[in-house]
Amino acid sequence: MRRTPRDSAESVRKISRRGVMLGGLQLGFAGVLAARMQFMQVEQADEFRLLAEENRINLRLIPPARGQIFDRNGLIIAENAPSYRITIVREDAGDVADVIARLSTLIELDEDELNRALTEMNRSAPFLPITVADRVSWEDISRVAVNAPALPGVTPEVGLSRHYPMTTAFAHVAGYVGPVSERDLARYEDPEPVLRIPRFQIGKVGVEAKYEEILRGRAGAKRVEVNAVGRVMRELDRREGEEGADLQLTIDGRLQDYVRARLGEESASVVVMDLEHGDILAISSSPAYDPNKFVRGISVEDYGMLRDNDHRPLASKTVQDAYPPGSTFKMVTAMAALEAGVIGPEETVWCPGHLEVGGRRFHCWKRAGHGHMNLEASMRESCDVYYYDLALKVGIENIAAMSRRLGLGVAHDLPMSAVTSGLIPDKAWKLRERGSSWVIGDTVNVAIGQGYVLTSPLQQAVMTARLATGRSISPRLVRSIDGVETPSQGGESLDLNENHLRWIRRAMFSVSNNRRGTGYGSRIAEEAFRMAGKSGTSQVRNISAAERARGVINNNDLPWNRRDHGLFVNFAPFDNPKIAVSVVVEHGGGGSSAAAPINRDVTLQALYNGNPPLSAYPSKDHERIKAQQEQLSRERQIPDPDGPSRA
Amino acid sequence: MSYLEYSVKTVPAGLRKVLHLNWPLVLLLTAVASVGFLMLYSVAGGSFEPWAGPQMKRYILGLVLMFMVAMVPIWFWRNLSVVAYLLSIVLLVVVEFFGSVGMGAQRWIDFGFVRLQPSELMKFTLVMLLAAYYDWLPIRKTSGILWVIIPVIMILLPTAMVLTQPDLGTALLLVFGGGLMMFLAGVHWAYFATVFAAGIGGIATVLKSRDTDWQLLKDYQFRRIDTFIDPSSDPLGAGYHITQAKIAMGSGGWTGRGFMQGTQSRLNFLPEKHTDFIFNTLAEEFGFVGAVSLLILYVLILVFCITSALQNRDRFSSLLILGVGLTFFLYFAVNMSMVMGLAPVVGVPLPLVSYGGSAMLVLMVAFGLVQSAHIHRPR
Repeated sequence: MRRTPRDSAESVRKISRRGVMLGGLQLGFAGVLAARMQFMQVEQADEFRLLAEENRINLRLIPPARGQIFDRNGLIIAENAPSYRITIVREDAGDVADVIARLSTLIELDEDELNRALTEMNRSAPFLPITVADRVSWEDISRVAVNAPALPGVTPEVGLSRHYPMTTAFAHVAGYVGPVSERDLARYEDPEPVLRIPRFQIGKVGVEAKYEEILRGRAGAKRVEVNAVGRVMRELDRREGEEGADLQLTIDGRLQDYVRARLGEESASVVVMDLEHGDILAISSSPAYDPNKFVRGISVEDYGMLRDNDHRPLASKTVQDAYPPGSTFKMVTAMAALEAGVIGPEETVWCPGHLEVGGRRFHCWKRAGHGHMNLEASMRESCDVYYYDLALKVGIENIAAMSRRLGLGVAHDLPMSAVTSGLIPDKAWKLRERGSSWVIGDTVNVAIGQGYVLTSPLQQAVMTARLATGRSISPRLVRSIDGVETPSQGGESLDLNENHLRWIRRAMFSVSNNRRGTGYGSRIAEEAFRMAGKSGTSQVRNISAAERARGVINNNDLPWNRRDHGLFVNFAPFDNPKIAVSVVVEHGGGGSSAAAPINRDVTLQALYNGNPPLSAYPSKDHERIKAQQEQLSRERQIPDPDGPSRA
Repeated sequence: MSYLEYSVKTVPAGLRKVLHLNWPLVLLLTAVASVGFLMLYSVAGGSFEPWAGPQMKRYILGLVLMFMVAMVPIWFWRNLSVVAYLLSIVLLVVVEFFGSVGMGAQRWIDFGFVRLQPSELMKFTLVMLLAAYYDWLPIRKTSGILWVIIPVIMILLPTAMVLTQPDLGTALLLVFGGGLMMFLAGVHWAYFATVFAAGIGGIATVLKSRDTDWQLLKDYQFRRIDTFIDPSSDPLGAGYHITQAKIAMGSGGWTGRGFMQGTQSRLNFLPEKHTDFIFNTLAEEFGFVGAVSLLILYVLILVFCITSALQNRDRFSSLLILGVGLTFFLYFAVNMSMVMGLAPVVGVPLPLVSYGGSAMLVLMVAFGLVQSAHIHRPR
């Protein structure tokens, strides 16, 4: 082996020189590394610390408990009932398919819900609980809990879900809640984060929707530490939210329930208004639906049935439907005429059965004519010609102005969905909307509540209330919010002549209590509670010339959906008015036969605060009313405190 | 002067050699390895399993190997240089055909008790071969064109094989390590200037080859380059790792968040926290103070290597020590640059600290050679 001197001066020097040079470079680079450390860990430390905190700390919202809704006596209308669901945590379950197979032997699992759960499970982190069965019964939950050892990863969970114990009675008033939709989110400029919680529910219809912000409360929040895959390691701190405020409605649940039972399957509306504060004591649209079905997510079949029903259970007829008021409008025409001074109470108009106006003949409902008519007689017998004559004297503008003073043609501020303003036509309106000028015939039609004029059952009640009190009383549906009473809607004086009001009330009294009155059949026998009312019949079909020639066809010969609507309004007791009631029975025929009996029953229920004694009714009705009370007591959810009858 | 002549009287023999070991170096290595144990214990959530325990056993094995290698005279190892190099080449070929695939690259052979990465071995056998080559080559021929081409082939052969695995990080370490060995041996400046210029051209070519038929790097390697230049370009993919690594590093501040209190590593935001990114855990939990301390330990190891090399009048020993030190430097410099966002993520572990068997054993054997050269230096 060849050996040469290794320690020659030159080679050592060269290695030394370059070795030192390279060593210097290495140290220099180490200096760069140290500078970088200093930059990141000293200069930028705060920034990075913040990023690290953002990484690990997650803000989780705690959904607030929704406020409850009560009636005026504390009866629960909407509550948060515990609802049970079953969840599976994938990582705890191990063999998910096996666990689900075992679970399905214990309880019934919905195929669709299960498939959705399995998809969700595969997509999300293994430690997140996935709901496999929602709204399971307490028995099912117990069965699962007992078998817990055989079901790893399966947890029965309890949550709160909206429940409406009165089911259909308050469907149109309280409305219902449902999951937040994209459309709901789009309504808000900057939607609260709590709305984005999966399965969070907000009010969709009615009071639930109108008082959403108050009922919802404010979400709490907790800060949790999470790891890189989002698993919660621990809770750092929490800020409790604010529960939603409770609402108390002005409605008397017992009366509301009675009205629901009384209306049955009839397509009808009832509004009962208190005359002191304008409290709505009952507001019922029939038929109704069960709001609980909507909370759960209504099935397509169920929804289809509601939608296609010709009695329109989804519509809140009391506030969103407007009908021609028919003869119930005659008080308005008369009041306008009295205030304008164009007629006195005892002045008479000759009714030959028709009136010629502008070359057209306007008929009275009574072909033979009523003869000489004064205010009281015309109201009592509902003579049309008298009001044609009044309208021609006072003019449409005066009638329209009086209508608005009495609460027609304006949308009342009620927290229900789609409150209509109805329609009170005048010259400007017709020119604007119909493009033609007002003709005298239009005025004649309006005089008896036909033609263009439209009012809702609620407006009818307000009108009656204002006539009964002379004050601009308005409806109030919410009595208190979170224990704080809302202002009374009793209203100021309407500045109507007290004598004029008295004459009108007197005429209405006569409708119900005079032997010749259209409402005499449905009078109240109890002297202290006698009512004053007015019937109305609003035509659904146009009467053809041929029909007119043949005379009026009996309503019962027509198909249901072409029959007239029957209307009746009243206030009671006449001597000391406490309530106003408005009833509309769709396609029920004449107001005095279809609606007035309902007015009487509801009025007595409200005034007696329970089933009235049979003595309150005329003696010929006792048998029928007794049978009716017995039948209704079986259908009512809230039993009458004193049994079916006090008689 | 025969080697018998230059060794017999002056070089310590028998157990006396233990006294002549470079003890400060042993202590420094142990100190660095201990930092590793501490961090592996921490990232396991305060447990010796699964990393800290095995790592300690391997270190002890490495220490034993180092002593054994150190006891054998350096000229024996010099004579084995060619064999070691060829063996490494063979293993690289074997790994190409029979190796196990990890992270998309063929890298290691499983021997049961240890997974050997031949590319790790190659880094040091190349250093040995080049040191032996320049020891053998008469000094005046050092810069002759033929004598330059031979070591270049020695470097490029394993580099090419490593690249096909593909392992860009190791390939770069081989080229840099080999090239700097030639520089240390005294090859003329002009060659390096030429290569430097060619290198720039080469990089430009590689970058240009992207999305063409003759693309020179795999897509993921290009993406790593993209991510390095702008980590936010891929915040949820590869960029997520480097971003989280930087957050871990920076959030440590001056003194760190405390032992086992680093949220980034404890909550798994930090990727590969027991291997490539272990430095970030250290930096997060012990802050700037801890990070710089480790850097100082590394630098001290370098300083002791360079001092030892400069004291050594044997050309092979001197080159070998400098070469091992240089490779060691490249390891930690590339790793730290990478985890601090100064270099692309190329998968180079932090020497003696990152969890990994063969890297540690090979490194300890290499330091065994350094010790042997130190003990058996001409006096």
